Amino acid sequence: MKLITAILKPFKLEDVKNALQAAGVTGMTVSEASGFGRQRGHTEVYRGAEYTVDLVPKVRLEVLVDDKDSDSVVDVIVKAASTGSIGDGKVWTTPVDQVIRVRTGERGSEAI
Amino acid sequence: MEEIVLNSGDTAWMLASTALVLLMTPGLAFFYGGMVRTKSVLNMMMMSFITIGIVSVLWVIYGFELAFGYKADSPWYGNISFSGLGGIVNDFTNNGGYYPIPVLVFAAFQLMFAIITPALISGAIADRTKFSAWAIFVAIWSTIVYFPVAHWVFAFGNKVGDTVTGTGYLAGKGLEDFAGGTAVHINAGAAGLALAIVLGKRVGWRKEAMRPHSLPLVLLGSGLLWFGWFGFNAGSALAANGIAGLAFMNTQVATAGAVCGWLLVEKIRNGHPTSLGAASGAVAGLVAITPACAFVAPWAAVVIGLFAGIFCALAVGLKYKFGFDDSLDVVGVHLVGGIWGSLAVGLFGTHVVNSIGLDGLFYGGGTALLVKQALGVGLVAAYSFLVTLALGYAIEKTIGFRIAKDAEVEGIDLSEHAETAYEMSSSSRGGAF
Repeated sequence: MKLITAILKPFKLEDVKNALQAAGVTGMTVSEASGFGRQRGHTEVYRGAEYTVDLVPKVRLEVLVDDKDSDSVVDVIVKAASTGSIGDGKVWTTPVDQVIRVRTGERGSEAI
Repeated sequence: MEEIVLNSGDTAWMLASTALVLLMTPGLAFFYGGMVRTKSVLNMMMMSFITIGIVSVLWVIYGFELAFGYKADSPWYGNISFSGLGGIVNDFTNNGGYYPIPVLVFAAFQLMFAIITPALISGAIADRTKFSAWAIFVAIWSTIVYFPVAHWVFAFGNKVGDTVTGTGYLAGKGLEDFAGGTAVHINAGAAGLALAIVLGKRVGWRKEAMRPHSLPLVLLGSGLLWFGWFGFNAGSALAANGIAGLAFMNTQVATAGAVCGWLLVEKIRNGHPTSLGAASGAVAGLVAITPACAFVAPWAAVVIGLFAGIFCALAVGLKYKFGFDDSLDVVGVHLVGGIWGSLAVGLFGTHVVNSIGLDGLFYGGGTALLVKQALGVGLVAAYSFLVTLALGYAIEKTIGFRIAKDAEVEGIDLSEHAETAYEMSSSSRGGAF
């Protein structure tokens, strides 16, 4: 099993969510995040005094999938999240040892 | 003494004006509160609210008599009396002549000026002032600075027959300050500078971002100030008459001009006109037109406002050069705007709009009026700065003026008031997606 983590531009969340649902993904976790990559931050000016804001607001989306679905789901996310401009975010996968559905106690692929 | 008959129109307008001027102080609390960080907004607003409490009490006990009583016949202060306003309840207002409004209405109106002046100072020492020290400062500063200075500027004396006694020093010298460019704004601005020096810089000043936490609150505050200022300026006519109308119109158009002036500077210098700039520009314009509102034509009010916006927008950056943490620019807005507005009377003043006004430099009056204005500016600024500096150091050396460093970093709302302004937890967020 894999955990797919995607850092997205907040306004692309809706597109990615819809694309994942269309691709048969049934669950996900979304949280607000902030950070920077090559996009860096931005400058704000208050009464002439400049403040550099390093951290840009982003959305973190997490999906648990079977190993066999991993590549295709990553492709769906990348395709839906892309605008072609700097700051589109990143997607990565990490191996997952075990998944348990809390309600039933099912384990492994059954729990996804 | 001729028989005075109460004028209900004038009295009604003065009652309304008084309430308008009171609203300026909560408005100021929002204006300042929005500009500080989330951890100190309540303290910032409380500094204004405690001022309403303390000054109102002092005003009744001895403040009004000290500012406007005439028995002492001194140009520097009024009566020293603790009569609690009990003896004058049935009197009419006598301030260089009789006004057909009850003296208690005049006293209440002037009280609101006495409240907002120390409240204005609080912006210079945001985020770090021990609340008890501030309360003590407000009581002493009002007593030895505001009440006497109000006498210098606003007390036109007790007129009985043809004799006038107890006129304030600057009023007697012919200073034209209609609603308090000197007594309120230069006074508060100079005191703010002194306290910013006494208290020193905030922890992390110029190293970490100290952005305004809520610009909508700032805009709400500036809107309330603008609204209340019609009472401040037009009410200073002490009558519902043509002079009140002139002051009203000038207040509106000067403020509008200053919004444009400040935003113009920002657009050219930084590329973006900001909402904080619009709010600040409005206040700068209101400050500058305050002394001039009943002595200049409306077109001149626009010019005064436009330049007030430009001057103050350029002035607020100077604190970084001089290295004092006047946190919310009390100096850059109130001192600079007050000086400009007070001197501008000497340039644009004309007897055409107000028969008691002199002609300024641009109306062929020469520099005579400008010199009187400069005397008022210099005297009030110097007195306020020096006395505040001494008072500030006295409080610093005895009970301490600042909170502890760790309390300041953690947030003054928590350490001084045991409250926080906002529930910041994000774990209960729902429905956004």
